Amino acid sequence: MVSAGLRSSKGAVRVEPPSSEVSRAQGVVAGVVDPEMPMLTLDDLGVVRSVDVDGDAVTVTITPTYSGCPAIEEMRQDLRVALTSAGYARVEVRTVFSPAWSTDWISDDGRRKLAEAGIAPPGRAAAETVGPIPLTLTPPSSAVRCPNCGAPATEELSRFGPTACTALRRCPSCREPFEHMKEI
Amino acid sequence: MNAHHTDVEEHDATNAYQSLSETTDHDDPRWAFGTGIVEEAGAEITSSVPDGVDPGDLAAYCLMLGDDALIYSHRLSEWVSHAPELEEEVALANTALDLLGQARVLLARAGHVEGRDRDEDALAYLRPDAEFRNVGLAELSDDLDFARCIARLLVFSSWRLAVLHRLQGSADPVLAAVAGKGVKEITYHRDYAARWTLRLGDGTAESHRRMQAAIDAVWPYIGELFRTSDEERRLVEAGVAIDPADTREEVDAVLDQVLEKATLTRPERPFIGTIGGRSGRQGVHTEHLGHALAEMQSLARRHPGATW
Repeated sequence: MVSAGLRSSKGAVRVEPPSSEVSRAQGVVAGVVDPEMPMLTLDDLGVVRSVDVDGDAVTVTITPTYSGCPAIEEMRQDLRVALTSAGYARVEVRTVFSPAWSTDWISDDGRRKLAEAGIAPPGRAAAETVGPIPLTLTPPSSAVRCPNCGAPATEELSRFGPTACTALRRCPSCREPFEHMKEI
Repeated sequence: MNAHHTDVEEHDATNAYQSLSETTDHDDPRWAFGTGIVEEAGAEITSSVPDGVDPGDLAAYCLMLGDDALIYSHRLSEWVSHAPELEEEVALANTALDLLGQARVLLARAGHVEGRDRDEDALAYLRPDAEFRNVGLAELSDDLDFARCIARLLVFSSWRLAVLHRLQGSADPVLAAVAGKGVKEITYHRDYAARWTLRLGDGTAESHRRMQAAIDAVWPYIGELFRTSDEERRLVEAGVAIDPADTREEVDAVLDQVLEKATLTRPERPFIGTIGGRSGRQGVHTEHLGHALAEMQSLARRHPGATW
């Protein structure tokens, strides 16, 4: 079996150079887009953990963004269809939950595409703390740049948006509402 | 129940049900009540039981944490179309979805470990109330009182965050994985509930009165959260479970911090007792659970194995 790890828990990691058969399968996987945010590929989103090839069999391992992300079933289906169409006879899509996905795994390309689509990309996720996780009772941060007019300070309307991974915000300069992919 | 797309149907772009059924054309009919695939696809679910651990204890513990999430998720989802503002409805539905995701993995793990050929759906939809292991706090009805919803979410999320935070080092890979993801999600849930508690408690005289009444109403159910079951006691020894009694100090500190800032008074009310030493963890429930299950399970029981 030939395999290539795409990411580790701490972000991009270089394993040995992938063989051509793995890179072909990787190319197919990399072209599959997120069902809820189709401006991003699954690779941009950082949910593809590994691609293994054994003859005409491919095993793709992905990780859900949130525990209850309803898009995971669509992702699995889309990956199966794409790889089957590319000529692989046996396609298995596995899910792993650990290590937990982080918005820090979204690629720079992905962040740019989010902003271009009017979704403010996430900042850096909070570092792990020692001891109990502190409560945050202060007002939400204004330090999210408006993806429409570029104003540096905007306000949060709701921490929970139309998908599990976004919050709703509004720009006081251009008055436009927009989504922000919240840090996790 | 089977709404599979057939060739005689004409395509109608405005027919949402038709387009839904078209997505299942890849010889992949779905059970109407879930996708039922977590066990098959989830790499961690089928990992072996850690050495020295009784599979019955591990299955029971997964059900405890899974049932807390499942039943409370169902109660939160009752707010959809009833919340005071659209934003709150979306927030509560998102919270319910996170918990449902945690429940699916935990129930699938319980089903795999117990080895009785029950998947997550069979455990969620086909068990009678006395086999549910959730705490009483999870099963209560909010009676569409928003302050009660916030008070309960504050207590539940403060407690579950403290539990999952400690569980990240569990010797069971599924419990550790659920905890790792859950901690991130529940941190958001707790902040949401805490901010609303401040806003209502330190708001108008009327909002203060109602928020205090809500805190008073959920308070008797807190005691059960820190009671250690026999299964938990044995699993703590094996490094698989955490002792809920150990979370008490942290949860108390969080609640005190929020109540004080919200100008609310910590209730001095007795906790609900046990019946012969038994409560939710042993399958002894309030009358609320039966009502919740009647609604949650009725479709699955009436149409066993239905697909769409």
